[in-house]
Amino acid sequence: MPLLSVEHASKRFGAVVALDDVSLTVDSGEFFALLGPSGCGKTTLMRLVAGFETPDSGRVTLAGQDLAGAPPHRRPVNMMFQSYALFPHLNVFDNIAFGLRRQGASRVAIQSRVAELLDIVQMQNLGARRIEQLSGGQRQRVALARALAPGPSLLLLDEPLAALDRKLREEMQFQLKDIQRRLKTSFVIVTHDQDEALALADRIAVMRAGKIEQIGSPPEIYERPASRFVAGFVGATNMIEGFVARDDGGWFVAPFGRLKRADCALRDGARAALSLRPEQIVVARDGEGVPGVVEDIAFRGETTQLRIGVAARQALRVSCTNGNRFSLGEPVRLMIAPDAGVLFAEAE
Amino acid sequence: MRFARSLVLLLGFAFLYGPILILAAMSFNASKLVTVWGGFSTKWYVALLDDAATLNAAKISLSVAALSAAIATLLGLAAAVALARFGGFRTRGLFFGAVHAPLVLPEVVLGLALLSAFVAFGFERGFVTLVIAHATFTMCFTSVVLLAALRGLDPSQEEAAMDLGATPMRAFALVVLPAIAPSLASAFLLAFTLSLDDLVIASFTTGPGATTLPMRIYSQVRLGVTPEVNAISTLLLAFVGIILAISALALNRPARDLA
Repeated sequence: MPLLSVEHASKRFGAVVALDDVSLTVDSGEFFALLGPSGCGKTTLMRLVAGFETPDSGRVTLAGQDLAGAPPHRRPVNMMFQSYALFPHLNVFDNIAFGLRRQGASRVAIQSRVAELLDIVQMQNLGARRIEQLSGGQRQRVALARALAPGPSLLLLDEPLAALDRKLREEMQFQLKDIQRRLKTSFVIVTHDQDEALALADRIAVMRAGKIEQIGSPPEIYERPASRFVAGFVGATNMIEGFVARDDGGWFVAPFGRLKRADCALRDGARAALSLRPEQIVVARDGEGVPGVVEDIAFRGETTQLRIGVAARQALRVSCTNGNRFSLGEPVRLMIAPDAGVLFAEAE
Repeated sequence: MRFARSLVLLLGFAFLYGPILILAAMSFNASKLVTVWGGFSTKWYVALLDDAATLNAAKISLSVAALSAAIATLLGLAAAVALARFGGFRTRGLFFGAVHAPLVLPEVVLGLALLSAFVAFGFERGFVTLVIAHATFTMCFTSVVLLAALRGLDPSQEEAAMDLGATPMRAFALVVLPAIAPSLASAFLLAFTLSLDDLVIASFTTGPGATTLPMRIYSQVRLGVTPEVNAISTLLLAFVGIILAISALALNRPARDLA
């Protein structure tokens, strides 16, 4: 039985549909990410689970128990807020102890539990600090410790790393993942950052306009996106418009040439779009393949991003590890494997 | 140019505070005549101590101010919570207007209305009616201050408290009240000074035996300005000044802490 189950949940705010028949499950000990652009309903879905919103229809169950009618303070779910929402009049210790005190824990139990949490988030000896004396990264960790203190079976994290700078964010990603693995608590994270979702989550639900577009593991989402939106939102991609030709096997006819397809379920002449990741295109000086010209080179360290002009006003982004061999204006050949990329029907 | 600017500034301040300075200076005048300086003396302040009627009026004014300010702060808090937290309930616009109308209502009208109400309900006019009247007209000020404080508060703080197991009432008491404590103090002091200063509404709503200090001063001045009136006015001024300073400090402190 899944730990959290959302069944056919819908929610409207006036004329705005925030959630439209959303269903998903989160297993015990799972790190689950709700990924989508702002306004896609991911935060509303999280607030529905926390009890701050009630669904217009559908239901939310936790460990088989229907949560309908249970106010936030009676749900065994804790939330880490995007703004952290730390209490400025309390110090670090009292912030973390807040939930424990509401549970009626004894003084000794509170002492040891807060010490344990300060240890987990690596803030030993900082219990007496005032919130305004903490750095952004420290506040983030206090907020995490405070939400974990009551021992929730499910922790909700609303954009937990959004307020941190890039370097700290990457460091905290590893810490967050590490803490989740050690505590074996289910984490549900809301994020608009696809790198964060791919790096952290066991499974990702990609949302758009109140609906779930796809649920899957990070490799599934990245390699086999279910829709054009998912392909475009998660990772960089080249979206090539064209149509299908079924003479002599399957072909995708792009403005710059015919590409052989390994398998193609679409009928002959159907309009379609091919999503090709930059690293799925192999660039070479000569040989078979689509002819193009190097228009731009961006060195990124471990990879180099090339922009290759393949037709009038059409360029493909290509990522390769030895791209600095090429120079601007150089003619090149692009090899695209028949099984590379994902073909979407135009109907969407 | 700099001289001219300083002069304008000086003239402005003289216009604003000159009369008050003259009043304060004259309270230390040894001469009985308000127009003639007869040397420095504190005898009018000493004389105040023997003036039982004035002392009694001061006591009544302070009690009314403290009581009505406490009531106005509580009512203002309730109104501000309703306006800030209950969303767009159907009569919200009407409620907002009704709460804040006394801000712009002429005091004479409000005083007369209160008097009519007390007479209609058969209330004996005196201390109690005075407290009720002052609570009524200072409540709109406390509600403005507290509404601003509640609006400035991150609503996720209260949500976080509830998420961590606090009932809505406890979340309010444990998180919201401490956060708006400086504004509560400021609202109380504002209502306190407004009540202390009020003459118009007090004149309408009080009865014999409950004469406030401003009423006492006003009635004495009708018989002629005496140094003794100057002395009591100076004391009142100093008192209000101190309260306003405390209130300003209370409101400014959290802002400085955040910076």
